[in-house]
Amino acid sequence: MEKKALLISGNESCVEGALYAGIQFFAGYPITPSSEIPEGLSRKLPKYGGVMIQMEDEIAAMAAVIGASLTGKKSMTATSGPGFSLKQENLGFASFNEIPCVVVDVMRGGPSTGAPTGPSQGDVMQARWGTHGDHPIVALAPNSIPEIFTETVRAFNISEKYRVPVILLLDEIIAHMRERMVFPEKGELEVIERTGPTVPPDQYKPFDVSNSPLPLVPPMAAYGTGYRFHVTGLNHRIDGFPTNNGEIIEKELHRIMEKIDLYKKDMFRTEAYMLDDAEVGIVAYGSSARAAKYAVNELRKQGIKAGMLRYVTIWPFEENAVEKLAQKVKFIVVPELNMGQLIFEVERAAKGRTKVHGVNRVNIEIIHPHDIMEKVKELSHGI
Amino acid sequence: MAFEYEKYIRKGTLPHIWCPGCGHGIVMKSLLRAIDGLKLDKNDIAVVSGIGCASRLPGYLDMNTLHTTHGRALAFATGIRLANPRLKVIVVSGDGDAAAIGGNHLIHAARRNIEITLIVFNNSIYGMTGGQVAPTTPIGAIATTMPYGNIDPPFDIVRLAEGAGATFVARTTSYHTAQTEQLFKQAIMHKGFSVIDVIDACPVQYGRRNKPREAPDMMQVQKDNAIPLQLAQKKKPEELVGKIITGIFVRKEMPSYTETYYNTIIPRAQAK
Ligand SMILES: Cc1ncc(C[n+]2csc(CCOP(=O)(O)OP(=O)(O)O)c2C)c(N)n1
Ligand code: SF4
Repeated sequence: MEKKALLISGNESCVEGALYAGIQFFAGYPITPSSEIPEGLSRKLPKYGGVMIQMEDEIAAMAAVIGASLTGKKSMTATSGPGFSLKQENLGFASFNEIPCVVVDVMRGGPSTGAPTGPSQGDVMQARWGTHGDHPIVALAPNSIPEIFTETVRAFNISEKYRVPVILLLDEIIAHMRERMVFPEKGELEVIERTGPTVPPDQYKPFDVSNSPLPLVPPMAAYGTGYRFHVTGLNHRIDGFPTNNGEIIEKELHRIMEKIDLYKKDMFRTEAYMLDDAEVGIVAYGSSARAAKYAVNELRKQGIKAGMLRYVTIWPFEENAVEKLAQKVKFIVVPELNMGQLIFEVERAAKGRTKVHGVNRVNIEIIHPHDIMEKVKELSHGI
Repeated sequence: MAFEYEKYIRKGTLPHIWCPGCGHGIVMKSLLRAIDGLKLDKNDIAVVSGIGCASRLPGYLDMNTLHTTHGRALAFATGIRLANPRLKVIVVSGDGDAAAIGGNHLIHAARRNIEITLIVFNNSIYGMTGGQVAPTTPIGAIATTMPYGNIDPPFDIVRLAEGAGATFVARTTSYHTAQTEQLFKQAIMHKGFSVIDVIDACPVQYGRRNKPREAPDMMQVQKDNAIPLQLAQKKKPEELVGKIITGIFVRKEMPSYTETYYNTIIPRAQAK
């Protein structure tokens, strides 16, 4: 039988991916360019018995998602720039309390209200550091309509498996662009459910990892199942209750950070394009990586051996990939629709082994392959 | 027979953090008695709070408990209730938590008539942060951020909730424990959004700068100034100045949010 194939937008692909992953609860607040996600889920989620609610603001939407997740439901919210800013306090609550949830941020031009319909990749650092305090977070940045589907599924999987909020960083270009999407069949992609408690209710401690099937990941009970546990945004002990004991506070904070470190290999995803013989490296992500791929092909036609390292998982950042690249190329170019954000990580990972240059735009136009090619050619002359 | 608080209090979480003379503990007691009287299963109750002295309450209760961010408890509770309609969801909140930073969530929870009971521990001040002015502080009262007397007019939580569409609205005081218990019972069993404004006492951050000063005197004021709604309705407005009108202000049947979603939206979507 032919697989189902449709011409759909990135936001529609995200909706389909969420349904494939088994989303049961969505709370949101309309904002361009993400509104097709709440619209799509309000149509489709109740068909599967799930709940979609439009809350009074993004703070409330993030809160409702956390509440729903605590009852054991796979939960998601979607927003864009200003709404992403509003979600940050409660996102920190989810991060600290290891509450699975997916937060879609369709990046648009900023700061402030900026350009509601203008493309941008301006929230890369906010995705990492938007909420106060050191905290674990995962961020994924797909670059095509089919990949938005698979990365949405992966976002749920990582979130549920490792108990960490996952941010799906889309941008206005890929959210509104349409491409042919061949739908995976049921069972074709892995769908992961969170691990429930392994002990009876009277022995259950919500942040105890001593009996965890996955080291450092505490099994998660759900409200209303006989496991009566406490969750607080205060520093807490493994039984969930507040503490002022510095030793315990430090130990718990280290554990939630080390958890990401322990499983980061399972979270990493990069694509190597024409890197084997590359002399020029382009490090890209999201919509800019589409321009970068085109630029690589064109540059090769003109005799410049360029290659692209594309980051799908942005946080945690896979440093080794850049480090290896930096050892063999003459220079690295990082195209971004911002004034230079991921470039800081690239520079750090390159450890001075090669020079790293940005190609940036904040004039609400997309990065054109030509922009990247010009930069590469200009730098090649100097060598 | 003596009431068995141990049945509902988590071992090892006491002593609580509240100051001597604070009214919050008395109100908690009424809540436990109400829950016990209703014979509710602890496994089926979620107690959610924001931030503040009152918001530390859920931690003491052996139930499904969640201590969230300042002002946002109702929004977290909305997610819980919608995702698991079997749960009775109770939100405990300070007056600042409920009516200042959380005011938007309060009016929208009321508008939706979602099946949540909101208990406002209304002590007219920000207790936890040290006596700053609250949106419930009376005109002229001294607060650390209103050292020359408050000029910021207070909310009447009852009228606010009523205006926003809450279908059960009541007021009582921390002194009137029997009434509080009865109102909690009715609110928890009410189908829809219920709000109880409990006039409460913070001797440490409010009393200390205002009159009366001491906890017992503050309770005396609650006792002396309370007037049941039925009586108040027969009085002239000038006779009610400074009075605390208690009782049930609103009780009506309206479609409630979660029930409507599950009984209407889901079947409609599935029929298409
Ligand atoms: C976002 C945010 N802003 C401010 C605070 C500081 N804060 C903690 S409790 C509180 C007010 C508490 O007053 P109320 O809600 O009336 O409760 P009470 O302490 O009197 O019981 C404030 C402003 C905070 N924790 N979070
Ligand atoms: S500061 Fe006031 S509200 Fe807080 S515990 Fe003390 S008396 Fe109660």
